[in-house]
Order: sequence, then structure tokens, then C-alpha cells
Amino acid sequence: MSEKKKDELLHDHNHDGIDRRGFLKCMAWAGTGAFCVMKGGVLNSYSLSRLSETSTSDMMGELSFVQISDSHMGFNKPANPDVAGTLKAAVDKINALSRAPEFMLHTGDISHLSKPEEFDTVDQILKSATSKDVFYVPGEHDVLNDDGKQFLERYGKGSKGGGWYSFDKKGVHFIGLVNVMNLKAGGLGTLGHEQLEWMEDDVKHLKKSTPIVVFAHIPLWSVYPEWGWGTEDSAQALAYLKKFGSVTVLNGHIHQTMQKVEGNVTFHTAASTAFPQPAPGKADSPGPMKVPAEQLKSVLGITDVNCIQGKYALAVVDSSLA
Amino acid sequence: MRRSASVVILAAVLTIGFVGTVEGRRGFALSAQEKMSTMEVKIDNFSFGPVTLTVPVGTTVTWINRDDIPHTVVSTDDSKTFKSKVLDTDEKFSFTFSKAGTYPYFCSIHPKMTGKVIVQ
Repeated sequence: MSEKKKDELLHDHNHDGIDRRGFLKCMAWAGTGAFCVMKGGVLNSYSLSRLSETSTSDMMGELSFVQISDSHMGFNKPANPDVAGTLKAAVDKINALSRAPEFMLHTGDISHLSKPEEFDTVDQILKSATSKDVFYVPGEHDVLNDDGKQFLERYGKGSKGGGWYSFDKKGVHFIGLVNVMNLKAGGLGTLGHEQLEWMEDDVKHLKKSTPIVVFAHIPLWSVYPEWGWGTEDSAQALAYLKKFGSVTVLNGHIHQTMQKVEGNVTFHTAASTAFPQPAPGKADSPGPMKVPAEQLKSVLGITDVNCIQGKYALAVVDSSLA
Repeated sequence: MRRSASVVILAAVLTIGFVGTVEGRRGFALSAQEKMSTMEVKIDNFSFGPVTLTVPVGTTVTWINRDDIPHTVVSTDDSKTFKSKVLDTDEKFSFTFSKAGTYPYFCSIHPKMTGKVIVQ
């Protein structure tokens, strides 16, 4: 595997052992199926198609989980008349991973119209995944009609306020945020004062070496405000995370993968398992984007996340359903 | 005398009838005009069309969702005058504006979508 040598730490301008340029280069490969692992500050990449040749110890991390998003159960228009089928395909993909993820994060828009049968169908389909634990945050489609009461009853046990919460897994601190409630006319996603205060308190006593993963539906950075793709008060939330060496932000909502690295924070948005949306500004509006039927699965996907070293960025890998 | 009286009465009746017809025609023309002016707001491509709608007091405005994504119509004035349920494709919501004023509204699912009804 002579390729491995080419991916060693080449650019260490910040002298912190993180090869950001290499990381971003690796992220560009992620769309074609590369599995990147950060080990001791060195980025190694393995082609997903040659994973069987790779020793599993090379790929072992301390923690691995999967992010899925925007299943929109109940959507049935031409962009995808069978969202249950594509969600099942996503679960098959998860079950085929050589290392079963410990749990899943669903970053919202579980349902399309907040109907009970839509939530039931997603629950049913996810039951067949190898990882039984799923952690949810709501999308705007999950809190229609009842200010999120149904969502909270189903998925909000132990959460505060509008459904925010945190938990720890193998030394990594996960924070689930809600930015789809109390939306104001002309505005973007919003976290609100109560949630921000809770978050400040939640991370106050954590050691700065604790890797942090924040997950929320609407992107916490300004992807494209014209289409509502951003969160008004996310800067405050990120300010509370400034002290941490490794912060990963996982979002959904925009139905396409995008990543950005800013200081110690890696932002990542996931593809939908239901339908794609256009790239920012590339269409009149951010509605469902129709693609030829045979191409649909290639624009839907899951995200596999591995944490190897506590202090470095997590390895985030997207793979499409086809 | 009676004959001229009946002529006068006939003339009066004809005049009233004629005036009445003209009035009626004008009235008909008015309501045809009303029917032609937009009392409908189409929701499509994540926007309300027209964005600003001006109507006379007493008009019923109907929003119809032609988009392939659900939307809502929620007024943002202080008294929260109207609020639709979630409208899927082809579903409608109507509201009759009985008081003059300006009624800004938005889609609570996609808050960047805003519109206004001006009632005069």
C-alpha cells in the first residue's frame, strides 16, 4: 500500500500535529468512497473498495458511529416516490460496514409531515440496523402542528426544553441541539437563549481535551442564508466550545454533503436518505431536486464517523447508497 | 290628463328600469373585475405569489400550495390573525379579511418565505 506513505503529515503550519490540508484533501475523496483514519496525527486513507485488503487494526478507532439524516418519511413526489425503500438501502449500507457502528445519530426531518405513521415507519426500518441505539434531533418537518410535542414524547426522554440534551460515549461528549423551533419570519434557524445558557453550563466543566460532537438539524454555519441555510445565534454556541481541541459539528437539512474546517471546528452536513437538493444558488429554490431514477441512490447517503485519537478531528466519511 | 300621467309614469318606469340596468351592468362589471383581480395566492418554489396582495375589506383570500413541499401561512401581526394547518401539495387555506389593515405573514416551516396582504 504505497499510497499510505504519500498521505503522511505534509503540512503542519499550526504545529499542532493536525494536517488540515491533508484532511481536506481526504474529504474531497470521501465522495468517491475513501475511508480516512487519523492516527497519531497522521492521516491514512483507504479506498472503500479495497477495504477487505486492509487490516482491521488499521481501521480500528476507539469509537465509531453513523449519521443519517432527512429521511422525510411520507414524501412521495417524483424526486423519490419510495423514501422507505431508500431508507432501507441506507440501513443495508450501515449493516455492511466492516465495523458495526456503536450507535446512530439522526439529524432530523425523520418524517415529512409529522404524522405518527411516518415516525412509526422510520422506527420500524431502523430496528433492522446493527446499531440499535439511535439519538435524534428534530427537523422542522418533525415539529409541525404541535410545537414538537409528539417528537418530544417519542424521542425526547431526558431532554431539556425543546429537546436538547447531551451524553458521553467513550470519552467523547455529544451535544444534541434543536434549532427548528420558534422560527421568526424572514429568519434562519435559531437556538434561543434558554438552550444557549444550558449549553454553556453543560460544557463548562469538561476538560479541553474532551472531543466534542455537536449535532443539530439546520447547519450551524452560514451555508446559504438566502435559502435559510444557517443558524442566527450559532456563533454564541461555538464561542462556548472555543477551548476544546477537537469539535465536530454534524448537521442535515440541506440534503447534500458539505464540509468546512475553521480552527478546531470541523463542520459537516450529511446527504439525505430521501432526496437531494440543489447546491446553493444553483436553482430557484431549495426544493427536492429530480435526478434520473438510476442516479438517485448515488446522491443519497450515510455518514460514517470514527474517532481514533482523543485530541484530533474525527474521521468523517460519506458514502452514497450506490 | 290620465294619458299624459301614464306616459309620465311609463317614462319614469322606463328611466328607472334603464338606470337600474346600467347600474346592474356596472355592478356586474365590478364583480367581474373582482373575480379577475387576484384573491388567490399561489405558493410555489418556496415563495408566495404575489408577495404583496391588496384587496378590499370583506375579501376572502385563498392560498393554494403548488409546490412539491408542504408550507404554512401564519400571520405575524400582533394579534396573530390567521394560522393555517400544514398545507401539502394542492391543499388550500382561506381567510376572510373583515378589517382594514396590513397583514404580514410567513411560512413557519421555511421562515425566509414572507408575504403581505393589504386590506383597504
